[in-house]
Amino acid sequence: MTKKADKIDRLAELMQSSEATTGASLWREAMRRLRRSKMAIIGAVVIAVFVVLAVVGPWVAPHAPTAQTWRGEVFANQGKFVGMRGENWFGLDHLGRDMFSRMLVGARQTLLVGVVSMLIGLLVGALVGVLSGAAATLGGRAGQRVDTVIMRVTDIMLSLPSLLLAVSIAAVMGQSLTTVMIAVGVVQIPIFARLLRGSMLAQGGSDYVLAAKALGIRNKRIVLTQILPNSISPVIVQATLSLATAIIEAAALSYLGLGNPDPAIPEWGVMLSQAQRFFDNEPMMAVYPAVGIIITALGFTLLGEAMREALDPKLRG
Amino acid sequence: MALLSVDELSVTFTAKGRKDSTAVDGVSFDVDQGQVVGLVGESGCGKSVTSLALMGLLPDKGVRVGGRALFEGEDLLTMSPRKRRDLRGSQLAMIFQDPLSSLNPVVPIGVQVTEILRRHRGMKGEAARKEAAHLLDRVGIPDPDRRLKEYPHQLSGGMRQRALIAMAVACAPRMLIADEPTTALDVTIQAQILELLKELVDQEGTALLMITHDLGVVAGLCDQVNVLYAGRAVESAGRRELFAHPTHPYAHGLLGSIPRLDAPRGEPLSPIRGSINDRISWADGCAFAPRCDHYTMECLTGTPELTEPRAAGHQVRCVNPVLPKPQAEVSA
Amino acid sequence: MLRLVVRRLLQLIPTLLGLSVLLFLWLNRLPGGPASAILGERATEAEVARINRALGLDEPVHVQYWRFLKRIAELDLGTSTQTGQPVWDEFTLRFPATVELSLAAILIAVVVGIPLGYLAARHRGGWIDVASVSGSLIGICIPVFFLALLLKGFFAVELGWFPSYGRLSTGLDATQVTGFAILDGLLTGEFDASWDAVTHLVLPSVALASIPLAVIVRMTRASVLEVLGEDYVRTAESKGLEKRVVRGRHVLRNAMLPVVTAVGLLTGSLLSGAVLTESVFSFGGIGSFIRTSIDARDYPVLVGFILFIAMVYVVINLLVDLAYSLIDPRVRVH
Repeated sequence: MTKKADKIDRLAELMQSSEATTGASLWREAMRRLRRSKMAIIGAVVIAVFVVLAVVGPWVAPHAPTAQTWRGEVFANQGKFVGMRGENWFGLDHLGRDMFSRMLVGARQTLLVGVVSMLIGLLVGALVGVLSGAAATLGGRAGQRVDTVIMRVTDIMLSLPSLLLAVSIAAVMGQSLTTVMIAVGVVQIPIFARLLRGSMLAQGGSDYVLAAKALGIRNKRIVLTQILPNSISPVIVQATLSLATAIIEAAALSYLGLGNPDPAIPEWGVMLSQAQRFFDNEPMMAVYPAVGIIITALGFTLLGEAMREALDPKLRG
Repeated sequence: MALLSVDELSVTFTAKGRKDSTAVDGVSFDVDQGQVVGLVGESGCGKSVTSLALMGLLPDKGVRVGGRALFEGEDLLTMSPRKRRDLRGSQLAMIFQDPLSSLNPVVPIGVQVTEILRRHRGMKGEAARKEAAHLLDRVGIPDPDRRLKEYPHQLSGGMRQRALIAMAVACAPRMLIADEPTTALDVTIQAQILELLKELVDQEGTALLMITHDLGVVAGLCDQVNVLYAGRAVESAGRRELFAHPTHPYAHGLLGSIPRLDAPRGEPLSPIRGSINDRISWADGCAFAPRCDHYTMECLTGTPELTEPRAAGHQVRCVNPVLPKPQAEVSA
Repeated sequence: MLRLVVRRLLQLIPTLLGLSVLLFLWLNRLPGGPASAILGERATEAEVARINRALGLDEPVHVQYWRFLKRIAELDLGTSTQTGQPVWDEFTLRFPATVELSLAAILIAVVVGIPLGYLAARHRGGWIDVASVSGSLIGICIPVFFLALLLKGFFAVELGWFPSYGRLSTGLDATQVTGFAILDGLLTGEFDASWDAVTHLVLPSVALASIPLAVIVRMTRASVLEVLGEDYVRTAESKGLEKRVVRGRHVLRNAMLPVVTAVGLLTGSLLSGAVLTESVFSFGGIGSFIRTSIDARDYPVLVGFILFIAMVYVVINLLVDLAYSLIDPRVRVH
C-alpha cells in the first residue's frame, strides 16, 4: 500500500518538476534572452514600424492613393517617369498616382494578406497537427493509422512547389485578394501540421506524459494541459517566419497575374508586379514596393529566428 | 620528478555579458610514472574540466586557464598548439565517458583506429590494418578483422569502450587520462573495463589519471586519491589512508553516504545535505561550509590552507577536520 | 541498396494515387468544369453537353477517375490548349532547359554555400559569419522575380555583360542533339555555342540560386556548429590528428548529413523559382511555358506539370536518400 503511495508521490513529483522546467520558467528565460538579442530587437522595431504604417497609413497619406491626379503630366512625358520631388516624395506611377501615398495605404493590405494567410495556415495546420499528434501518441494502433494517413496527405502537399499549389487553388476560386490569402495560407497548412505533430510526438514520449498517463488522467486532458502547452513554441516561431513567406509568396502570385485584380486597392505585391513592365525605364517604381516587402519580410524573419534561438535549449549558454 | 605535475591549475569560463564562472580553482596534484591517481568528486566539481585543460581540448575562446601543468618537465598549458597536437594521442591519451557519442558514427572502427597509427607511428595500408586488428585483439574484442569494418552503432557498449581504449593505447602513451570511463556502461561491463585498464597500465607502466565520482572505482584502482570540491582539492591521500581515515568533512560525508553491507541493519545512510550549487566562493572561505555540519565562523575567513593534521602525506584543506575523537569521549 | 530503391518506389504509389485523386477532383471543380476549360467561357450549353459526352463526363465518377488514371499511366497528359500539341511532348521539348538551369543553380548554391556555411561556423561571430548570415537572410526575403529583374536590369541592360533573355543568341545556328545547349555544343564541337549558352545561363541561375544558397549556408552553419560540439570531434582532437583530418573526416562528413536532405527538399522551391526566373529571362524552359499556361488557363498543361513535378520530386528525393545511405551507415539496409 505504502509502496503504491510512494510511487504516486514520485510521479506527482516528476510532473511538478517538469512543469516547473518546461512551463513558465522556460518562457521567462526565453523572453529574457530575446530582449538581449540584437536580431530580435531589430526585427521587433521593423515590425512595429510596419504595423503602425498599416494602421495609420490611409489617414496620413498626403494624396488619394487611387486618384490619377498627375495623369496628364505622366502621359505628356512620353514614357519618362516623374521621380522624387517635394510634392510626391516617391514620385509617380505609370498612371500618375502618388507612389508615397500608395506605399502608405498598401502597407495595410500587405499586412492583411500576410496575417490572414498565416492564420489560415496556422489554424487549419494546428488543428490537423493536434489531431494527428494526439492520435499518434494516445490513440493506440487505430490512432497511428489515422496519423499515417494524415501525414501522407501532408507529404503530397509538401512535395508540390508551393507556387503551383497556390496557382491551382487560384484557378478554382478565381482571381481575388481572398484567393491569394487562401492559396498562400493552404500552402502553409502542411508545414504547421507537421511541426506541431512532431513536437507533440517528442513531448508524448517524455516522462511527465508517462506520469500523467500512469496517474490515470484522461487523454483529452493530457493533450490539452500537458502536451500542447509544451509543444507550442516551435509553432509560434514558425508563425512569425510564415508572415514573411506569406508576404513574399503573395507578391509572387501577383507577379504571375493571380493577385488582386482590383487596381483601386494598392498592395505592395500588386504594385511590384505592375511596375515590372516599366522596370527598364523606371526601376524605382518597382524598388519602393520591393524594398517594402524585403524589409518587412526581414523583420519577421529576424524576430522568428531570434525566437527560435531563444527557445532552443541546445543553443543556450 | 613526477611525470605530470599540476600546480594551481585554474580554469575560468568568460562569456560575454555574463559573470565569469570558475570551474577549476587552483588544483594541484602529481602523477608519477606507472601510478594510478584518482580525481574524485560529484558532478560540477571541475574534474572533467581539469582533464580537458590538461589535454588542451577546451575551446580557444571564452576560457582563461591559469597555473602550470608540467608533463615531463614541459608546461602543457603554454606549449605551442602544434607541439601539443603532436603530444596528444602519442604521449598523452584520453578515454571519454560515453563511448557511443565519442565515436564518429559515420566512419568505420578500422579507420578510427588506423588514423591514429598513421598520424603518430607513420603506419600505412596493410601494416596499419594489421596493427589495428592486433590492438582490438589486445583490448579483448573478439573477431577483430570483422569489427574493423563495422561502424560504432553495430558494436555493444562495452565493445565501443574497448575500441576507444584501443585507440588511446595505440601509441603506447606515457600517460592516460580516463574521464568516467565506466559511467555509461552496465555494471558487469564496468568491472571488465576497469580490469582491462588495470592490466594495460600494469603491463606498460603507463600512468593513469582516473576521473570518477564512483568511490568503488577508486577503491579498486587508484594508488593516490584527490578529492575535489568546487574546483579545488580538499583532501589528498593514499587510497588506504583515505578510506580508513577520511578527514575532510566532505570526503567523510562521501564515504558515509555509501550503503555498506556490513553496516548494522536499520542504520540510516548519512547523505550530505544540499547540492554543489549551495556554495560560497573559495576566496571567501571554505566552499563546502554551507553544507557542512562542522562549520564555524572561522571557515568563512579566507581560503583554508592544506594541512596534514593526521599523517604525513595526507593533505586536508579544512580548519575543522574530522579527527578521531579522544578516547575518553568514546567510552563515555 | 536495391531493396531500398524498391521499397521507396512502392511507397511512392500511395502518394501518386493520392495526388491523382486530388488532381482529378481539382479538374472537376474548375469553374465551368473541363468543358468550359476547353471551350472557353462563352460556350453554349449544347456544346458543353456535347463535350461532356465526348469526354465521358456523363458517366459515374469512379469510371471517369479510372480513365483518368489509365491515361496518366500511358503518359497521355492531354493536349495543350495553347499549342495544340500533346502536353508530354511540350514537356520533353522544354525539360532540358529547365534541368540545365536548375542544375546550374544547385551547383552554385552547393559550391558557394557549403564552404561559406562552414567558414561562418568556424569563425562564429566574426565578420564572415555576420556577412553570410545576414546575406542569407536577405536572400530568403528578396522575392525571386525581383532579384531576377534587378540582375537583368543591371548586368544585362545597364552594363551589357550578359545577354538579357533566351538560352542562345538569335542567329546562332547551333545543332541540337540532346537539347542541353551546353552539352550539345561540346558534343558537336561548336564550342562557341556552348559558351554562348553559358553566358545566357549565368544571370538566371544566379537569381534562381538565391534561395537554395541561403538555405544551404544556414543549414551548413547550424550543422557544423552542432557537430563541432560533438564528443567524437573531441575524441578526434584528443588523438592529435591533423586539423585537416579532423575537419574533413570528423566534422564535415557528419555535418553534411542534414544538408544533403535539405538539398532534396529544395527541389520544390527550385521549380517554383524556375517558373518565375525563366519568365523574367524568357528562358525557353518549362517554367516559361507554365507562366504562359497560367495566363492562358491551359489546364491540361498545369495538371500534367503538377504530376510531372511530383514524380521529379520523388525521384530526386529517392536519389537523396540513396546518397544519404551512402554517407550514413546507420540507415544503410543490409
